[in-house]
Amino acid sequence: MIRARPYNRRMTDRPLKVLIAKPGLDGHDRGAKVLARGLRDEGFEVVYTGLRQTPEMVATAALQEDVDVVGLSILSGAHMTLVPRVTRLLREAGLDDVLVVVGGIIPDDDADELRAAGVAGIFGPGTTIAEVAEFLRTSARPRA
Amino acid sequence: MAAPGVPGVDPAARARELTEAAVGGDRRSLARLLTAVENRTAVAEAALRTLYPMAGRAHLVGITGPPGAGKSTLVAALIAELRARGRSVGVVAVDPSSPITGGALLGDRVRMQAYASDRDVFIRSMAARGHAGGLASTSAAAAAVLDACGFDLVFLETVGTGQSEVEVAAAADTTVVLEAPEMGDEVQAIKAGLLEVADIVVVNKGDRPGAQRTASQLRAMLVAVARVGRAERGHHGAARAAERGHHGAALAADPPPAAEVTVPPPPANDRPRPKQPEVLVTTATTGEGIGELLASLDRHRATGQAGGATSTARLARAEAQVWAILADRTRAELDTADRRARTEAILRAVADHELDPFTAVDRLLASLRG
Repeated sequence: MIRARPYNRRMTDRPLKVLIAKPGLDGHDRGAKVLARGLRDEGFEVVYTGLRQTPEMVATAALQEDVDVVGLSILSGAHMTLVPRVTRLLREAGLDDVLVVVGGIIPDDDADELRAAGVAGIFGPGTTIAEVAEFLRTSARPRA
Repeated sequence: MAAPGVPGVDPAARARELTEAAVGGDRRSLARLLTAVENRTAVAEAALRTLYPMAGRAHLVGITGPPGAGKSTLVAALIAELRARGRSVGVVAVDPSSPITGGALLGDRVRMQAYASDRDVFIRSMAARGHAGGLASTSAAAAAVLDACGFDLVFLETVGTGQSEVEVAAAADTTVVLEAPEMGDEVQAIKAGLLEVADIVVVNKGDRPGAQRTASQLRAMLVAVARVGRAERGHHGAARAAERGHHGAALAADPPPAAEVTVPPPPANDRPRPKQPEVLVTTATTGEGIGELLASLDRHRATGQAGGATSTARLARAEAQVWAILADRTRAELDTADRRARTEAILRAVADHELDPFTAVDRLLASLRG
């Protein structure tokens, strides 16, 4: 049938649902907020949970919200502790089909280990929102 | 595990699997069901056919009010109070979708993250997806799913509302309208809008100056409105009784003069009565007044149930749900392969002002009957 409003078509495309969380104790949430807003403007449904999340909070939010993607923003240097704990909890909750990406200050040396722990994408300083959006669109599998 | 909606997967079987697990307490299946409901899939429809009759036990509480009044913080405070009493809580929290991109930023969880390891709290954010009434079109169905899964109380938190997003009143048993201190004067209060659908009015941010004054202004205005409403009903009732007596006598003798054959006012008892909401003051960030609010919610629930008859709110909810599905089905019927061309031609004729929209609907209805 005729669809006059252009956004109707996009809405029936079932927007990807993304959780943006900041695990750990650093208080620098500007990046996470800018990304959350930027992904919204790219047409994603973004659940933003704010600062100081425990890995358990992240896993519970991912489960209850049934997200396609979990994005973790970490600037504290604690990523080698926090990220594997989140991915383990997600696996234990049966969420092994959720795409996990990490943003922040992540040294190249840690990348392999994070990937082995289940991280699909790592985004350092200078990454554009369009690049993140493109990666998520091509890598995440939207669920009905 | 195969995804629902994928060709080759029987929606009914998938719905049965998810429904059984969700009702049995599996939170992952519950989350999956809610996604299906949001996306209005065939699985969701099959699941709701099973779940709807199991729902109806939870107390559905709508929370609405302007942006920044403290809706999410108030829900978080109520969750704490309810959990202290051992009652389980579901939350459906709605935020707006971008009309341009269809994206949404769902931020209500920020204030409700303290219950990550508590399986008796289930919080779900929803994007409004272009629906304008303050909720998403599927919010009531999502609440019914949580209800059927055994949550004692289900909150429906609307987007930040203005003066007319009153849809939540039809979706909830009890509607709480939040106001912040010093938000507009008495004229805002008599314009009613949101206040008109409130069962309970909460002035949040009670620690701010002016909170008590705002509350007493609202109380005074709501009492005055209710009093005027009562007086008018009394007047019409008496007038009608007199009229009836007069007509009774007149009919016996001769037909009433034409001047009297006007549309009578509706019978006094059928006129909707203005609600008389309680006005409470809370400070959600400290928990001040939350116990009183919960007591007020429980009282309102008890009053609604004591009536025995189906409450007005529940009838309104049934109507809203059935008419929405009817509208969807009607559209789908008009979009079937054999009717689509004719339907589109009629829509285009309206767009070109060759046909008025009423005649268009006459023709569409006729094509459904034919």
